Amino acid sequence: MHKKSITIALAGNPNSGKTTIFNNITGTRQKVGNWPGVTVEKKEGLISKYGYDLKIVDLPGTYSLTPFSIEEIIARDFVLEEGPDVVIDIIDASNLERSLYLATQLREIDCRVIFALNMADVARTNGIKIDAEKLSELLDLPVVFTVGNKNEGIDTLLTKAIELAGSTAEIQQKRKVKYSKDIENAIVKLQDFIENKVEARLAYNLRWTAIKLLENDKIVTERTLREAGNKGDDLFREVQALRAHLMDRFNDDPEIVMTDERYGFIAGIIKKTLTSSAQNRVDISRNIDLVLTHRYLGFPVFILFIWAMFQLTFSVGAYPMEWIDRVVTLFAIGMNNLLPDSVLKDLIVNGIIPGVGSVIIFLPNILILFFCIAIFEDTGYMARAAFLMDRIMHVIGLHGKSFIPMLMGFGCNVPAVVASRTLESEKDRILTILITPFMSCSAKLPIYIILTGAFFSAKAGTVIFAVYLIGIIVSIVSGRLFRTTLLKGADAPFVMELPPYRAPMISSLLIHMWDRGKIFLKKVGGVILIGSIIIWVLSAFPVNIRYSLDYASEIVRVEALYEAEITAAGKSERDVIEKKKDMAIAKLIMARRAEKTEKSFMGKIGKSIAPLFAPLGIDWRGSVALLTGVVAKEIVVSSMGILYAVEKEPDALQSALVKSNMTPLSAFSMMLFVLLYLPCIATMGTIWRETGAFKWMLFSILYSTSLAWIVCFCVYQGGKIIGIN
Amino acid sequence: MLLSEMKKGQNGIISGMGGKGVLQRRLREMGFLKGTKVYVEKYAPLKDPLELIVKGYHISLRVEEAMQITVDDVKQGF
Repeated sequence: MHKKSITIALAGNPNSGKTTIFNNITGTRQKVGNWPGVTVEKKEGLISKYGYDLKIVDLPGTYSLTPFSIEEIIARDFVLEEGPDVVIDIIDASNLERSLYLATQLREIDCRVIFALNMADVARTNGIKIDAEKLSELLDLPVVFTVGNKNEGIDTLLTKAIELAGSTAEIQQKRKVKYSKDIENAIVKLQDFIENKVEARLAYNLRWTAIKLLENDKIVTERTLREAGNKGDDLFREVQALRAHLMDRFNDDPEIVMTDERYGFIAGIIKKTLTSSAQNRVDISRNIDLVLTHRYLGFPVFILFIWAMFQLTFSVGAYPMEWIDRVVTLFAIGMNNLLPDSVLKDLIVNGIIPGVGSVIIFLPNILILFFCIAIFEDTGYMARAAFLMDRIMHVIGLHGKSFIPMLMGFGCNVPAVVASRTLESEKDRILTILITPFMSCSAKLPIYIILTGAFFSAKAGTVIFAVYLIGIIVSIVSGRLFRTTLLKGADAPFVMELPPYRAPMISSLLIHMWDRGKIFLKKVGGVILIGSIIIWVLSAFPVNIRYSLDYASEIVRVEALYEAEITAAGKSERDVIEKKKDMAIAKLIMARRAEKTEKSFMGKIGKSIAPLFAPLGIDWRGSVALLTGVVAKEIVVSSMGILYAVEKEPDALQSALVKSNMTPLSAFSMMLFVLLYLPCIATMGTIWRETGAFKWMLFSILYSTSLAWIVCFCVYQGGKIIGIN
Repeated sequence: MLLSEMKKGQNGIISGMGGKGVLQRRLREMGFLKGTKVYVEKYAPLKDPLELIVKGYHISLRVEEAMQITVDDVKQGF
């Protein structure tokens, strides 16, 4: 039997517990994607309940439906254009007055709205009592109490929503937002004008259109004028005349007067429905903030949290990393034994498994990092971090919220660039996206570890810290530079709610973590798989190489030499000689591999670009490794492993590096280059997508790479001049 | 007096708002209206932004934004 399907949209303020309710309703049956044409995350869930197919759409959290930010435009467009059967407005019961602002805007659009008074338990303990029946009567809509994190009231909410969707009654609002006489007159006049003079079929409700025209709503004005066709000019003049009249009357923009009046309407509702006994109010959040945003303690605690997050990410993450490494190695050995010798086997065993394997071992790090960030977000600490950091970020010409994507940049730039969506102004967003890649991502860390381990053993930690710090400084300087040149103008107003602290729900933390971890896994599955195949092809071909030494016969010769020695030697010495033999042969095999790489396509490319890198103290092997890092920074280490012809990575590679021509100075130069040069393919793609412009991606590539070259040139040549090695 | 001149722990009644259209409207949508009581909870460690309580919730503004809002009747206390 075909089930009836119902679309339910969830609207609400940020921090109203909307996501929790969405997670409760849909569980793991979520689809995370993008809203068409823009880059704001779209969450959808499909469930079957009470004999209906319910499509739940989580609208972006907004305070209003005035089209200032992308989020608001999306939320409004969805309600207007897609016409969901029901809109559930999730309201933080402790914050009724402000929440009702969005509610009145939803109410003005013709749609079926139902209220979920969420976190009613918290409100009650804070001494806030809401008369739901009265509220329901005053606004002419169903009201349900819910406690999202305890899953209370959700079933009732859904049943009511289905009931409302099924009601065939015309959406007749008995209770509208009433404006003052002058404004109401203007609305009626404009309605008449549209109906009688323009005679165009409007996409939206007449009264609402008139209100938006008077409010000078850009989007609605444009659309309506288009629909009005040749009457557009007349309509425009009429709107201007009415606006001028109101401006004259109120001495203020009509949209501002109307905002005030909506709040006036809300005040009336509040008076009749809300009683608050503020005396025995326990405000735990304020007490927590006595410490967390304290004048002197705020920053130390903040730094402690960030430090703890990185400790957790990298030291705890080291254990699962090792397990994954073991599994990958076992898998490679297994495949090596199972598959018959062929080019395909070589591709799988030497190309795909090590390539993808070297990246997938970062999954634990990334998951832990995102888990920590999810804790910051879900508890409400992120907003405090922005509060603490805004003064500093403002110096760069950025918003405190930019700190969040920049912080995430330390994990992985792909989600970090995506996180810049929280910024309202486009300039802020682009600026943040451009400087985020200078935050050294976790994929670059293994490179630093190898290089510092080899050249700065005792001071490895300090050097790595210095590299991170340089990244931060470069991003600050670049930020200032862009703000005064390319992206001139002030940053967006810093009007940010500091929501009450809340205990995070483990399920929502996990969903959050997993959503972002998936982005990383997709990157591994797609880009990095292709990348490792390309690299393998470049390093495995051409097949017929003229070696400087006939390795095969040399191996046979060495083997025979040792065999003779073994037979001649006494029983006790045989094992020792046997080991020597194995070592000598392994050395020859690796030398062959290194020569093969050197003479492969990749080696040729590397050598041809090597002159560019020579002034930076980076040899052809380093050049090739850096080149492969364009696919993903994680690959740099494994490429170096192959190029320096070592079997096991960390230890052997480090000693091979020390034996090569590299010096501490050139190692430092290479680290700086890794820090600053162009981001990986996945990040570049994300930058393109998130800025919506190819030119910004191109700019990012050119800027970062030329900056990397200049900085490394100065450091290496300068270092040589003052005699550092 | 300007909101930005208020000290930590003081409350006042909003008497007027200036500033650019976008900021002004956003502030109003968040509940900064003439006649609304505003309480200065604290200033950030670097003296900017500041944390306010308006209509029962906490919100932060930059000092330069708070300069657009005038207040009357400034008193000590919540």
